[in-house]
Amino acid sequence: MQERRMKKQHCRGKSREPNLACVLVAAVSILFTANASAYNVYVSNEKDNTISIIDGDTLEVVDTVTVGERPRGIVLSNDGSVLYMCTSDEDHVEVLDLKTLKVTHSLPSGPDPELMQLNPEGTKLYIANEDDNLVTVVNVDERTKEVEIPVGIEPEGIGVSPDGKWLVNTSETTNMAHFINTDTLKIEANVVVDTRPRVAQFTGDGKEVWVSSEIGGTVSIIDTDSKEIKHKISFEVRGLAPESIQPVGIKLSTDGSNLAYIALGPAARVAVINMETYEVEKYLLVGQRVWNLEFSPSQDRLFTTNGVSGDVSVIDLKKRRVIKSVKVGRFPWGLAISE
Amino acid sequence: MNMIRLQIVAIRVWSTVFTRTPRVRRTFMILLLGCYSALVGQVAAANTEINVDVFYLLRDIQPPLPLSLIDKRVEKDGLDGAQLGLNDNQTTGSFLGHKYSLVEVLIPEEGDVIESVQAASSTAPTIIVANLVADDLLKVTDAYPDALILNVYAKDDRLRQEDCRPNLFHLPPSRAMLTDGLAQYLSWKRWKKVVVVTGRHPEDALYTQALDRSIKRFGLKVVDRNNWTTIPGARRTDSGHHSAQQEIPAFTQFKDHDVVLVADEIDEFGEYLSYRSRLPRPVAGTQGLMPTSWHRSHEQWGATQIQRRFEKIADRIMTEKDYSSWLAMRTLAEAITNIGSADPASIREFILSDNFKLAGFKGKALSFRRYNGQLRQPVLVVSPRMLITVSPQQGFLHQLTELDTLGYDEPESLCKNFK
Repeated sequence: MQERRMKKQHCRGKSREPNLACVLVAAVSILFTANASAYNVYVSNEKDNTISIIDGDTLEVVDTVTVGERPRGIVLSNDGSVLYMCTSDEDHVEVLDLKTLKVTHSLPSGPDPELMQLNPEGTKLYIANEDDNLVTVVNVDERTKEVEIPVGIEPEGIGVSPDGKWLVNTSETTNMAHFINTDTLKIEANVVVDTRPRVAQFTGDGKEVWVSSEIGGTVSIIDTDSKEIKHKISFEVRGLAPESIQPVGIKLSTDGSNLAYIALGPAARVAVINMETYEVEKYLLVGQRVWNLEFSPSQDRLFTTNGVSGDVSVIDLKKRRVIKSVKVGRFPWGLAISE
Repeated sequence: MNMIRLQIVAIRVWSTVFTRTPRVRRTFMILLLGCYSALVGQVAAANTEINVDVFYLLRDIQPPLPLSLIDKRVEKDGLDGAQLGLNDNQTTGSFLGHKYSLVEVLIPEEGDVIESVQAASSTAPTIIVANLVADDLLKVTDAYPDALILNVYAKDDRLRQEDCRPNLFHLPPSRAMLTDGLAQYLSWKRWKKVVVVTGRHPEDALYTQALDRSIKRFGLKVVDRNNWTTIPGARRTDSGHHSAQQEIPAFTQFKDHDVVLVADEIDEFGEYLSYRSRLPRPVAGTQGLMPTSWHRSHEQWGATQIQRRFEKIADRIMTEKDYSSWLAMRTLAEAITNIGSADPASIREFILSDNFKLAGFKGKALSFRRYNGQLRQPVLVVSPRMLITVSPQQGFLHQLTELDTLGYDEPESLCKNFK
């Protein structure tokens, strides 16, 4: 990737011979990036049927790969070698080899897969099938469907606890977070949350699950042990109608900063939340219809997919400022970041 | 309700005392624990078994044949939407011990609506979904004043205005909301000069009334108008196109205009106007570019799922009445899931509160207007095969919610006895 990028960006001189400066810059930058943990940002473009690859250092799009119809949720394998992609209109999950940038095979996901998560071992994918009220468990090595778990209407978000014991699935029309025991694959608790729950995310210590309600306009914080809602966060942005504030993506920091980030959809804001007090500390203006979020490996930056404006905002989390908007394909949806 | 208020209070107190001394914090923690035990008690109460019988009232009449041979006549239009809502509610209810059932009351073509309800059940219904015309609907609201009645059919503005009832809620947009949605788009397009063509039925006159109100409201101008009075013949007449090709140019001798607005709710002639009018102008209203609450071409905001779910059970596409009926069933389940009761007065209180936010695949929370029981909702503007836009249009502002730029707003409300 890195080499390919440099060829494109720096060494495209008029003559075919690479000049000395270029070679030097290339050498230095290889040395430099080797130390500064280079990473790639993968973005699924729902309308274009592509994956945009952004270089984490230069924040430029370095490649665009065509994949199956309507790619939405994307997840990296634990070793970072492949990208699993919910290609929703193909009714399966495609697997993209990140070295060759070719789709090597697909996994049987059940119809209309939307969001998914790997178990901590990286051997199983838990996939929400929006059309069939099911959560499908797929063995990624054997490429087989292991089991289908019936849940509420329009399953959407999938959260897996850090110890792998709990799988939380949200259902958009039933308005619940279902707690599924991953040993028995049975639903053990159903927590009623506000309207149209989208994303479910466990805290790093596994003690809480944060669930966003898009139409309800809130984020519910559920205690993992008691399965009760311990807190509900509401949002208020001056000059914006309350119905335009629609929380979707959630990222919870694990670097000790104790900050949570919530994407607010058509409000074009990311809320910064103190995870101890649950107070909103700041609203950061990003692109239009912001849905999903992802941290850089060291959690110093946050990337957001902005569907309507067709770009990715890059937020410097120390400065709490958007430092760049990167134009990607039409209707960017999912995000994954490799180390 | 109380539970949510309690939480909000707790949040506020929490934020103020959090930074205070340890003692204050400790005292507060004890208080908080107290609150939570009360809260857990309420959640447990919500899990007790509830049986919800929803009466679905529908008149057994043969719908008129659509003018286009492509459209199919839909029998018992709306009932499948209620069935889908019932399925969705049963799934939700199964996790909570709430059981929903649908009692279908089919009223004979000439029969009395109240007699039919009485014949169907010995006990008076408490929750009614009414797929009825305005006059039938008002008989039901007045015969069962303690019941909660959800209108899924009648678009009449009078039911939202002078003939409103405290126990009556409206899921479909009124005619005024629909024509406002269309007029906003025409205004945005600057297609300001319009002609109005009205059909021969009373509904067409009401639609024209709504059009005229919207035309004035959004700065359009009527340059000409005409009434279509011909009684239609058989739609399958062989070589019938010859007559339409001759008749329509003669009928559309209008002053120069941007768009033809047509009021033909029964679908008798509106379809003839496109491509046949004297001047090449688009047709909008009940045919052509149509404002509507639902259409097969709409798949935004997750609507793909409900379209597919509906087609799986009904084996046809979802209509406006199916959508309203589904919304009615979802309204009930939203309330009952949250308050843990099927008491009509409690449901009414909840669905008029700030906590009621209905998801209807329109990209915004839907809620009821507290002054007349009308569901606030965006209006789709569609061509026969494509979603064109969704109103309210950008730039039409309102101090409370832009959704209230559609239909009669609170200051214009003639509804006196809703509150």
